[in-house]
Amino acid sequence: MPLKVFSKIALFSGAALAATGIAVADPDENKLFIDGEEIATDVAAPEGSPFDRLYSGWRFRTSETQALQADDFENPAFAAITLAEELWETAEGSEGKSCASCHGDVSEGMKGVRASMPKWSQAAGKPQTLENHINTCRTDRMGADAWKWESEEMLAMTALVGLQSRGMPTSVQTDGPMQEWWEKGKDLYYTRVGQLDMACANCHEANFGKMIRADHLSQGHINGFPVYRLKWGGLGSIHRRFKGCMENVRAEPFKRGSDEFIALELYVASRGEGLSVETPSVRN
Amino acid sequence: MRVRPTFALCAATFLVGGILAAGAAEVAPDKVVFKDDFEVVDSLTGQPGDPMNGREVFADRKLGNCLACHVNSDMAELPFHGEVGPEIDGVASRYKPAQLRAIVVNSKKVFGSETIMPSFYRLENGARPMAEFQGKTILTAQQVEDVVAYLTTLSD
Ligand code: HEC
Ligand code: HEC
Repeated sequence: MPLKVFSKIALFSGAALAATGIAVADPDENKLFIDGEEIATDVAAPEGSPFDRLYSGWRFRTSETQALQADDFENPAFAAITLAEELWETAEGSEGKSCASCHGDVSEGMKGVRASMPKWSQAAGKPQTLENHINTCRTDRMGADAWKWESEEMLAMTALVGLQSRGMPTSVQTDGPMQEWWEKGKDLYYTRVGQLDMACANCHEANFGKMIRADHLSQGHINGFPVYRLKWGGLGSIHRRFKGCMENVRAEPFKRGSDEFIALELYVASRGEGLSVETPSVRN
Repeated sequence: MRVRPTFALCAATFLVGGILAAGAAEVAPDKVVFKDDFEVVDSLTGQPGDPMNGREVFADRKLGNCLACHVNSDMAELPFHGEVGPEIDGVASRYKPAQLRAIVVNSKKVFGSETIMPSFYRLENGARPMAEFQGKTILTAQQVEDVVAYLTTLSD
């Protein structure tokens, strides 16, 4: 696997930049192989995209962080995968059912599911994220309690389900009943928030590839979620990342699972149309 | 549209911000006077800025955090200079103090509404500000003066 030694530059970027003005910009040239299979980390941008090419957030991380994701034995998210494989088989709730009772083997029952989330739900009358779907199965079909959005179980299960789509291209519905939600998500993406007065687009569209203090700005895609973040020391959901980015600009974040974050998730997913699912990815 | 005004440096009009009478009240964020949009001539506090403190404000992540976006050779000892904005080196040779004050107070007046640079001394910022920052400017009037005083030391 070709990995450029890149991290040293990032580490000493302050001094190096100050002395020479060299920009540590743009995604690197590395390729992601897992178990000998290449996972595309850049693709041609879809029609209407503000980008020429879409790049996975993996391409903006240091080679050390990249290496953790390239090997499932090194990837710290795999402890959660083991937990979720147990949960998948465990009957819970009044109906005496497990996920496996209805969906069979996870690798067959859940193949491709992550790639098209969030999905329109006629029953709910709105788009449903992977977390929503999992909880609907738990409450309505198993007679079990819903899992909390950021609970260990929910993160593990979304990671296991996501893994069954690894390498498959992201493709979400944006027309029909989704359109209104997509528009709302787009609106949120371009709305400046917080005392620092910035929108998602200010950082992830206009300035991706540049350093913002110690962080190398990516295009802000969600193809790797839930991600194992070294800073968090564990897995985190898409909505946790949105919340963190809002707090960084001193904005009051929306709640995890709120209509606002569901709309934003739909819109951000659509910006990554065609990018491979990388769940569970590793970030710093 | 992003507007990048071009300033001609003119020695004759090179005025250090007019100092208000000592003890005069601070200029409130909504009372700052912009001359031709690109200059704020008067000190916000009537006090001269302290460049040493301004240097702190520039680097401190909880204050200006200017270093998050601007490379600054004068701070080569600190790691992680951001690249979102232009290098700040020599900025005093490009702008008059009154222009630097205008940029820090309200970057949008100078660069246009599209700029990513925060406006450090105005109240009408983005939606949903966190409760603890509601109705507050990012920097105090004196911190603005201090950072402006620091910037004026950065000439080629
Ligand atoms: C002040 C700059 C800034 C703003 C504004 C901002 N972000 Fe981020 N965001 C970052 C940084 C820095 C990171 C970590 C490095 C990276 O992946 O870009 C990040 C990471 C992310 C990631 C993770 C990408 C990955 O590959 O793991 C997502 C998703 C994201 N942001 C979405 C958003 C959304 C949606 C908004 C608006 C609600 C937003 N960001 C606003 C700076 C910002
Ligand atoms: C989030 C990014 C960001 C932060 C934080 C930031 N700036 Fe800026 N700054 C910019 C950008 C971008 C420009 C260029 C104007 C434009 O393109 O909108 C700029 C331009 C400037 C300029 C004019 C430089 C030139 O050569 O034209 C000065 C002076 C300046 N900033 C000072 C500061 C100071 C002082 C602070 C902190 C108190 C600060 N900036 C914080 C992004 C930032």
